[in-house]
Amino acid sequence: MVPWVWPDRHRSDMFAGPMRLRDQPPGYLLLEDGRIFEGRMAGAEGVALGEVVFNTSLTGYQEILTDPSYAGQIVAMTAPHIGNYGVAPADAESARPHVAGFVVRELSLVHSSWRSQESLSSYLRRNGVVTLSEVDTRALTRHIRSAGAMRAALASAAVSEDSLRQRLAAHPRMEGLDLTGMVSTSQPYEVPPAGEERFLVVAYDFGMKSRSAELLAERCCRVRAVPRDTRFEEILDSGADGLFVSNGPGDPEAVVHALETIRRAAEDGIPVLGICLGHQLVARAFGGTTFKMRYGHRAGNHPVRRLSDGAVEITAQNHGFAVRGGEGVGIDAAPGLRLTHVNLNDGTVEGLEHRELPVFSVQYHPEAAPGPHDSIYLFDRFIEAMAQV
Amino acid sequence: MPRRDDLGSILLIGSGPIVIGQGCEFDYSGTQAVRALREEGYRVVLVNSNPATIMTDPDLAHRTYIEPITAEWVERIIERERPQALLPTMGGQTALNVALDLHDRGVLERWNVELIGADARAIRMAEDREEFAAAMVRIGLNVPTGGFARTVDQALGIVDDIGYPAIIRPSFTLGGSGGGIAYNLEEFRVAVQRGLDLSPVNEVLIDRSVIGWKEYELEMMRDGADNVLVVCSIENVDPMGVHTGDSITVAPAQTLSDVEYQAMRDAAIAIIREIGVEAGGCNIQFAVNPGDGEMLVVEMNPRVSRSSALASKATGFPIARIGAKLAVGYRLDELPNDITRVTPASFEPVLDYVVVKFPRFAFEKFPAADPTLGVQMKAVGEAMAIGRTFKQAWQKGLRGLEIDRGAWVTGDRPQDDGLADDTEETLRAALRRPTADRPFQVKRALEKGCAPAEIHQVTGIDPWFLAQFAELVDAERWFAGLGVQGQGQVEDAAGAGLTGVDAAALRHMKRLGFSDQQLARLRSVTEREVRDLRWELGVRPTYQMVDTCAGEFPAATPYLYSAYESESEAPPSDARKVLILGSGPNRIGQGIEFDYCCVQAALALRADGFETIMVNSNPETVSTDFDISDRLYFEPLTLEDVIEIVAREQPEGVIVQLGGQTPLKLAKPLADLGVPILGTSVDAIDRAEDRDRFVDLCRSIGAAVPPNGVATSVEQAVRVAAKVGYPALVRPSYVLGGRAMEIVYDEASLRSYFERAVRASPDHPVLIDRFLEDAFEADVDAVCDGENVVIAGVMQHIEDAGVHSGDSACVLPPYLLKDEEVDEMRRLTRRFATELGVIGLINVQFAIRDGLVYVLEVNPRASRTVPFVAKATGIAFARAAARVMVGRSLADVGLDLETDPSPVGVAMKEAVFPFEKFNVDVILGPEMRSTGEVMGLDESFGMAYAKAQVSAGASLPTSGTVVVTVNNNDKATVTPIVRRLHELGFTIRATGGTARYLRARGVPAEPIFKVGEGRPDIADGIISGEVQLLINTPLGKKSQYDDYTMRRTAIAYRIPYCTTMSAASAAADAVIALTHRRREVRSLQERFGSDTARAGESGTASTSFPS
Repeated sequence: MVPWVWPDRHRSDMFAGPMRLRDQPPGYLLLEDGRIFEGRMAGAEGVALGEVVFNTSLTGYQEILTDPSYAGQIVAMTAPHIGNYGVAPADAESARPHVAGFVVRELSLVHSSWRSQESLSSYLRRNGVVTLSEVDTRALTRHIRSAGAMRAALASAAVSEDSLRQRLAAHPRMEGLDLTGMVSTSQPYEVPPAGEERFLVVAYDFGMKSRSAELLAERCCRVRAVPRDTRFEEILDSGADGLFVSNGPGDPEAVVHALETIRRAAEDGIPVLGICLGHQLVARAFGGTTFKMRYGHRAGNHPVRRLSDGAVEITAQNHGFAVRGGEGVGIDAAPGLRLTHVNLNDGTVEGLEHRELPVFSVQYHPEAAPGPHDSIYLFDRFIEAMAQV
Repeated sequence: MPRRDDLGSILLIGSGPIVIGQGCEFDYSGTQAVRALREEGYRVVLVNSNPATIMTDPDLAHRTYIEPITAEWVERIIERERPQALLPTMGGQTALNVALDLHDRGVLERWNVELIGADARAIRMAEDREEFAAAMVRIGLNVPTGGFARTVDQALGIVDDIGYPAIIRPSFTLGGSGGGIAYNLEEFRVAVQRGLDLSPVNEVLIDRSVIGWKEYELEMMRDGADNVLVVCSIENVDPMGVHTGDSITVAPAQTLSDVEYQAMRDAAIAIIREIGVEAGGCNIQFAVNPGDGEMLVVEMNPRVSRSSALASKATGFPIARIGAKLAVGYRLDELPNDITRVTPASFEPVLDYVVVKFPRFAFEKFPAADPTLGVQMKAVGEAMAIGRTFKQAWQKGLRGLEIDRGAWVTGDRPQDDGLADDTEETLRAALRRPTADRPFQVKRALEKGCAPAEIHQVTGIDPWFLAQFAELVDAERWFAGLGVQGQGQVEDAAGAGLTGVDAAALRHMKRLGFSDQQLARLRSVTEREVRDLRWELGVRPTYQMVDTCAGEFPAATPYLYSAYESESEAPPSDARKVLILGSGPNRIGQGIEFDYCCVQAALALRADGFETIMVNSNPETVSTDFDISDRLYFEPLTLEDVIEIVAREQPEGVIVQLGGQTPLKLAKPLADLGVPILGTSVDAIDRAEDRDRFVDLCRSIGAAVPPNGVATSVEQAVRVAAKVGYPALVRPSYVLGGRAMEIVYDEASLRSYFERAVRASPDHPVLIDRFLEDAFEADVDAVCDGENVVIAGVMQHIEDAGVHSGDSACVLPPYLLKDEEVDEMRRLTRRFATELGVIGLINVQFAIRDGLVYVLEVNPRASRTVPFVAKATGIAFARAAARVMVGRSLADVGLDLETDPSPVGVAMKEAVFPFEKFNVDVILGPEMRSTGEVMGLDESFGMAYAKAQVSAGASLPTSGTVVVTVNNNDKATVTPIVRRLHELGFTIRATGGTARYLRARGVPAEPIFKVGEGRPDIADGIISGEVQLLINTPLGKKSQYDDYTMRRTAIAYRIPYCTTMSAASAAADAVIALTHRRREVRSLQERFGSDTARAGESGTASTSFPS
């Protein structure tokens, strides 16, 4: 009656690993303000330190784990079951996980998907991600919502609270932190176009998600990812048709790279597309300012209005800092810029463009991965902008 | 795009009676839609033939028509009301079909009515499978290949290409009615022929079989500016092959990666745009090959649906409400998210909990029906549960189902789980065939140590779900063995009590969703012992909010579920509060009527300043709409779940008498725990239910009861029956809907019955009453404040005694009873109410024979007829009852103590049966089998009956041929009825004996063969369209086979049939009315002269329904 047979590998490792939740060793998450959340250790051994944030995406844990923008952060997932469909190499956004730690309500003990190559628990252990399961992530989320994102430490119950508190106190805050050095490529690398090359896009890699490069490559761009400190001249010399400024972790105020390049490239008529950290840097390059949000946006369901026609895009979000808006469609302290997209939940700046130069950027993630594809058109707009030059 | 100002008046079509595939979810969506449109200042005209609905409450719409939902009758409403627009997407398939029919007949054009929400082109493209398949191909999506056939030969050509198993679906039928799966040529031919016959356009779709594929649904919304979003994803635990309505489903989807989910979302967005749903919701179903991820589009419904109701309850996103607003021009981003109130509706809800929905079946009512689940829906209701994890929700959902199992507990005997014996072969074979027992068979298999992988292979259930189940079974073993010598076997726990069970162990099990009852069973102790220990150790549930956003934003609406987390939300207030217990999943005998009563109570008490708290587990209902009560607990209605809420909320009292048997069963255990029960006392309920005390009660007030007795064993039953006399009516005590109620004619049938009845209800004795043949039956509903009584209505049954009151047509006022008989029933009802000290509602059932009034039953609680009576008289008795329960007097709540209310005109109730879905006989009996009801309202008896019949799906003819075949007892009675039909111009045909009898009395009747006597027979006549009405009474148990075929054929060809003499007589009256009287429609507001609600004014609805 069932016309297909489940592959053997699933049969054999379906119940491999610690079958019983109650057998997992206890652990806890200690917050900077003293609040403790108990759970059970489910990933790698060790202590994790970072800023604790929550993400409300229902799917896409692997993309989130491997998104370099999460460097320095302990990510709590609000969806209760994580790991259900295992891990598929194709879904990784970079070579390895970047989160500082991982917190879930329940880590799946099995994985079920034809795409899966490995269980998430095995993946987390193999990649050294300290993980706490069986946590009341809703209480944690509500706490972060009211108290704000803050530093936290995650460890096994064998680690005493005192020692953990000391380590936590010594850990730096997110404000003022340039974390792009942890995740930016050290050497330039290229992603070949899928088809005949139309454009060369130089991408500032501050921790670029691979999906962004893929979407450009699919649009016949050769993507040359360069280290964060690459100088403008080098980019100009490479014959770039467009400049892509990637997402990345940390406080944009602390990132000193690329600002001049963004400005000069734009002035030279080279179209610029910025995403997330890239968007914040674009704003800053033209005088804009950024601020740390109370608990940021990390989700796959935020409504964003496109001001050009009023349409609503459902967007993927991952940011703890934002560009300060101004009067009307203005951007604070950046008279050259204009607001193009706004978050309908809280009115924050989600997109902007230069009033004269071929520069535009968005705070959210049009490349999705994970998240809805409503905004992929922005990559087409970037292509059009390069075509018009 | 704000609200459209060019529309003033909008017509909304409801879905009619509750049938399998179209339940009370459309009352929920319709009610939301009416409220949403009213709120915007539109004048709302509503038509629905179902009186049990909340939407037909005369306070809700401006004009409420309880009239047949057919193009002919709806056109009359359009002609009178002249609406500018028709919203067809809120009333299920019924409303869509009628809207299309109105469009095709040019009615909408003639009266200049615009279809809003979805236009005729979009509806047709979504509904017509050929057009739909073509549309999918245009946007590059795949459908299960196959094709359409209008003949068996065409179908055979298609199946040659695609092979078996093949799926056969008739076009344009309700709930997949008439569909089937064929595994071989023979089955295929039968299924195709049946499908062609059932399809109104004589067309079937032959699909590629995707049995065993993963099944998903996405609930979508789109506004007029082309903004599209997914409200909810739903994954079926039962893979493709089982109708979604019969499947256990989970929200959100659990086993799709983001890559796969987004591909599905992209496809869904492309589909809603291509089909062109302009403004509103739709649901799209997908099949995914678990081996390679291939995704096929199965179907799309351009309207709200059962799944959208589920999605609304699962997410807190009110799809119908938002859909109605989109239909009148709003954009999603102009509307607020009603839960957070600060963020807009243009977002996609995210869940930090898991929702599981279980179907509720009624196979016990239809022992002859095939219990295999397939593409044709068979469930009659559903229970939903919310848990922090799938495991928790799974267990809560199963205990919310109320199937006498406690929860996910296997039966003591293999037979209890639908297995012939306890062998692995039997189990494996059973698992291959999806039935209502399968969840329990899966558990048995796991308990036996079957590998989940193996269970996956035979069931197709995703390994992830099976792993969750395995964890639960593993935990049970662990818990049973805690502190016990010999570890690990359930039996070992005997005698150990709760030794070794500590707070951590209890918390661990509670987090996995186990109930106290389950834990008690595992340790061979009582539920109370577990509860006492649990309370002592402080292991108590926490309550979390359904907030649409997984905690990202604060929520303003207290819509709650229980869990065992670290903290509770939405702390209780110190307001005066009343807890109302709902009725749980719909089933035969307990349905929407009770939800109506609960909602009325919530609205009334809320208006009076109480904080109202609703507890219910049925996602289809209005009562579980999060803004009907001040607080909603979406929880199973078990003692444990309810007592925890009571302990948290500390209400002034709990209302148990409005939700049917479900809350009533909890009354005593709650009272024993010190919970104040509002209204009629628990002791009074017991006096009416306990047979001995009931007989004493009747004696004390001088009411006659049929001779009766009680038996707890077969031998005792035989002795009692001999004393009482045959025929006897036998039934277990404490049942609703005539469960296991039968008429036995002799000792042999009594003996055979008794064993089954005892099995049906082991804890209660069997009641034996003398059955009063040829008596009239009547129902009286009344409300009492402990001193005074107002009789709401006296309803006479159309069918003779012996047909369950829920299955019998009934009429208000009585049409064949003498005044003194009616007065006697009123008098007795008053006596019962005051004697019992009823505070709230009471229903008394009577039988009248030879001028004597007998009392059959006294029910000091809401009855099934409360909403019917309210619609017939215009008085909201349920609201009055709720108010007297909190201490007000009848006079104080505005009821006239001097004169009992009388109905306006004639109100007829007719029952609707699921005989199309179940291949069983249609003869009515004491066991209730109807799923829903309709109401016919008119000035004349005949027209009221005619309207009720049309609404119930049986259009009575005004010309043609009547076939008569009745048993000897009925020949004299049927003669004048047939004579009237002959005078009206009908051709009369009758079988041998009946024809001779009629001819001998001057009624020319041509002979026709019974089935089996020769050809062409009656069935052939029905098939070739030569029969327009069938009058048939059964010949008795033994010789029914031919009758059975004939009646089944009548059902299949939708030929109206009468199986009792009183129904035949009423049908004759109806035919006369249809022939001679004008067919008119009138709104309730006009009938009651309560024309208070007008467009643009804040009518009564805004005061009684929260906005």
